[in-house]
Amino acid sequence: MEFFKHNTNINFMAQRKWAAIFSIILFLFSIISLGIYGLNWGLDFTGGTQIQLRFVNEADLSLIRSQLETIGFPEAVVMSYGTSRDVLVTLVSKNKNAAMMDNQAQMEIVKQVTQALPSAKVEQVNYIGPQVGKEMTSKSALAILFALLGTMVYIAFRFDMRFAIGSTVALIHDPIIILGIFSFLHIEFNLIALAAVLTVIGYSLNDTIVIYDRVRENFRKMRKADVLEVMNQSINQTLSRTIMTSALTLTVVLALFFLGGSLLHGFSLALIIGIVVGTYSSIYVAGSLTITLGLHRQHLLPQQKEVDERP
Amino acid sequence: MAMLINRYPVWKYVLILLVIAVAFIYAAPNLYHEYPAVQIIGENSAPIDQQTIVQLKNLLQNASTSYYDVIHQDRSLLIRFPSTDTQFKAKEMIQQALGDHYLVALNLSPGTPSWLRSIGAMPMKLGLDLRGGVHFLLQVEVNTVIQQRVEGDLRGIGQSLRDERIRYSAINRQSDNKISVAFRTEEALDAAYTLVSRRFNEFTWEKQTTTGFVLQGILSPAALFQAKQDILEQAMNTLRNRVNELGVSEAIVQQQGESRVSVDLPGIQDTAEAKNILGKTATLEFHMVNSEQSALSALQGEIASTDSRLYTYQNQPILLKNQIILRGSSIVSATSGMGEEGRPNVEVRLGGAGDSLFTKTTAENIGKPMAVVFVEVKPIIKIENNQKIISYQTDRRIISVATIQSILGSNFQITGLSGQNEARTLALLLRAGALPAPVSIIEERQVGPSLGKQNIHMGVLSVEVGMGLVVIFMMLYYGVMGFIADLALAMNVVLIVAILSLLGATLTLPGIAGIVLTVGMAVDANVLIFERVREELRRGMGVQASIHAGYERAFVTILDANLTTLIVMLILFSLGSGVVKGLAITVTVGLITSMFTAITGTRAIVNLLYGGRSLQKISIGI
Repeated sequence: MEFFKHNTNINFMAQRKWAAIFSIILFLFSIISLGIYGLNWGLDFTGGTQIQLRFVNEADLSLIRSQLETIGFPEAVVMSYGTSRDVLVTLVSKNKNAAMMDNQAQMEIVKQVTQALPSAKVEQVNYIGPQVGKEMTSKSALAILFALLGTMVYIAFRFDMRFAIGSTVALIHDPIIILGIFSFLHIEFNLIALAAVLTVIGYSLNDTIVIYDRVRENFRKMRKADVLEVMNQSINQTLSRTIMTSALTLTVVLALFFLGGSLLHGFSLALIIGIVVGTYSSIYVAGSLTITLGLHRQHLLPQQKEVDERP
Repeated sequence: MAMLINRYPVWKYVLILLVIAVAFIYAAPNLYHEYPAVQIIGENSAPIDQQTIVQLKNLLQNASTSYYDVIHQDRSLLIRFPSTDTQFKAKEMIQQALGDHYLVALNLSPGTPSWLRSIGAMPMKLGLDLRGGVHFLLQVEVNTVIQQRVEGDLRGIGQSLRDERIRYSAINRQSDNKISVAFRTEEALDAAYTLVSRRFNEFTWEKQTTTGFVLQGILSPAALFQAKQDILEQAMNTLRNRVNELGVSEAIVQQQGESRVSVDLPGIQDTAEAKNILGKTATLEFHMVNSEQSALSALQGEIASTDSRLYTYQNQPILLKNQIILRGSSIVSATSGMGEEGRPNVEVRLGGAGDSLFTKTTAENIGKPMAVVFVEVKPIIKIENNQKIISYQTDRRIISVATIQSILGSNFQITGLSGQNEARTLALLLRAGALPAPVSIIEERQVGPSLGKQNIHMGVLSVEVGMGLVVIFMMLYYGVMGFIADLALAMNVVLIVAILSLLGATLTLPGIAGIVLTVGMAVDANVLIFERVREELRRGMGVQASIHAGYERAFVTILDANLTTLIVMLILFSLGSGVVKGLAITVTVGLITSMFTAITGTRAIVNLLYGGRSLQKISIGI
């Protein structure tokens, strides 16, 4: 089976100005959305109120979830705790400084919950702290920063500095857009979504390197072509692979999104956006940026050595 | 010689088959399900011997409670049951029969056959999100530390006043967070007020002149809150370290309210030990032995010494000076080992250049005995009028008396321990660091999978459907070659599972995410290779040459792509924590295994199938 023409020859780079404008708008939109709405941090990051309930009969978790949703707690985490009659309800605190939340506000929430669930008896109410401490947040941010630097050094060493900058910009571009969309649509950002964003960094990098690799190879083969031609040719040659891999990975992630249940929603959505944006950015951010930065054939050819052939 | 290019030497096939066989063996434990079990650990005074085992066996037989087997490992006993119902019943019975000197805990024991266990094959641990585990709620006694802190400030204030030659008549702590200083003159009061409001601005200062000249300072609410938060965060870090020492990599330690910390241990095997380690607030104190006074006469109450305290060591009374010459908090590392004559010891290293008071004191007292006191705060929970009342009992026990052989700097050894077991436990507690405040377990619970069985089921189903679609699609698109890639993909999953099991890693949802990513990358490697082979075929190259060129050229690309991703993951692993680390481990393992299966693995099959023959066509979808 074949989906693609043997010799596609699409002039990808002709659109690079428009793509650049598109990218900048999308990037700015994401930053602005993050600035205005912020991220809808999940329980893992904010902490919240935890109510331990005991039911007279066996508790129906999905019924409890829908009942809580009707009174305005769609993000409530409901889980069984110990026995089938004990249920733990966790509500994300809207207040950023949940540790300082006064008792009255907490009692108000508990009252609302007990009214919605008349068959339950409140056993205990607790403030639950964020799972991700300050230390962990700063450590993870540092880790991502160093990871970007590490790949930059590697690519600069294996390819060229222009490639390093191009790929790094693409690597910053992708997660920011995912976060922007999460922020704009008010989707909860939890630890699993964070894992997805890190996964996207890996995926997008993979995509970029495949194209870069072809560019390096083609510079050696196509002695007469100019930089734009080489870039276009490389993208065309890897196009069937790019589409195949993206489609296959998307298949898995779409299955996660539609069949994986509410738990994997944030995760699979971040991956869906990431795969689409990552594929786009390896062509139009990583690829076209290296040209804008003045890539030249000399940058990728092996150093000519002067060989002294005399004995 | 195009005929011969696609051949692998025999040793390569042998090696590949060997790797596959080992992978299957080490992945196998994951196929066995777990048995509900009851774990019994005896305290020092209550050992577990054959008699205990016989007693318990009789007990269970008399109550016609069926059990699977009994496993005895030095100080603990594991009884496995066919169902959770019998496990619950048995736990109650055993606890009643054995009494308080034994820790009896519910546990899940892997059903790995003994021949697999004997070669170190264990199943992967599942995170609390996938499997449930133990949940502890710990009470941190923050007020004790606040008191100590205010007392420290008290001494600081006195010192500053003396340094500035401001005379005061009395200085004391009035309540947990309140200090009062009395003066004889108003000038002194005013001068002191200016000084302390500048230097000790975490207190709110107030002058009172109604009854004498008194300066009162209250630790401001913000400072109090910050101090409590600091204590809690330090306690949480210490608990995290202790949990890591237990070998639970994805434990969740989080704050609950102002003074509580919850610890979730996913699938912990050693519940009783976990409890033991978590609940201990153990610190070390180094004291000089008071050899000027007779301990025996002190025991008879003859001398009421104020600077010494009476202990018992090896059934002998011994007097120790009260001054602490070194605290456990200065200790950076501690390792247990065998000293001279094969006696257990603990090698201790202090931070920086060591402790100056400690070095000075040991220098002045060479040849004199020094004692190491193990201070443990144990909570005692009583229930009165339906309310839990927690009181604390401080246990002070001399664990070693040794003669100072030389000036002790930043490295020294503690010897004279009762056995290897004690050396290990002591080293473990010292390494994990001292808790800043006494901590007690006020709640312990077995937790069901927090995400609900249904959610996990859906998650697993979606991964299966997704992968199934990929497998079918690869076969349709690349024909026989696609099928070979599918085999490699399946092998890759087995390898990942085997390696994660061997590493003892904990599988959580983010970990599964990592596996999904590596499956994607493994497919990508094969897509890259096959597209390259197709390209060469289209260009009119021969079949064997195309296969050869396809693999050769795609290899460079795959290597570059995987190496960069590997750099990212290694950095995330070394610097990140928790979820980030879990993801990084699975992706790193998956990348390495996918290089093996997608390149070497598929090549081996392709070579076997097509290599070394004259072919006009291969099944690669074109």
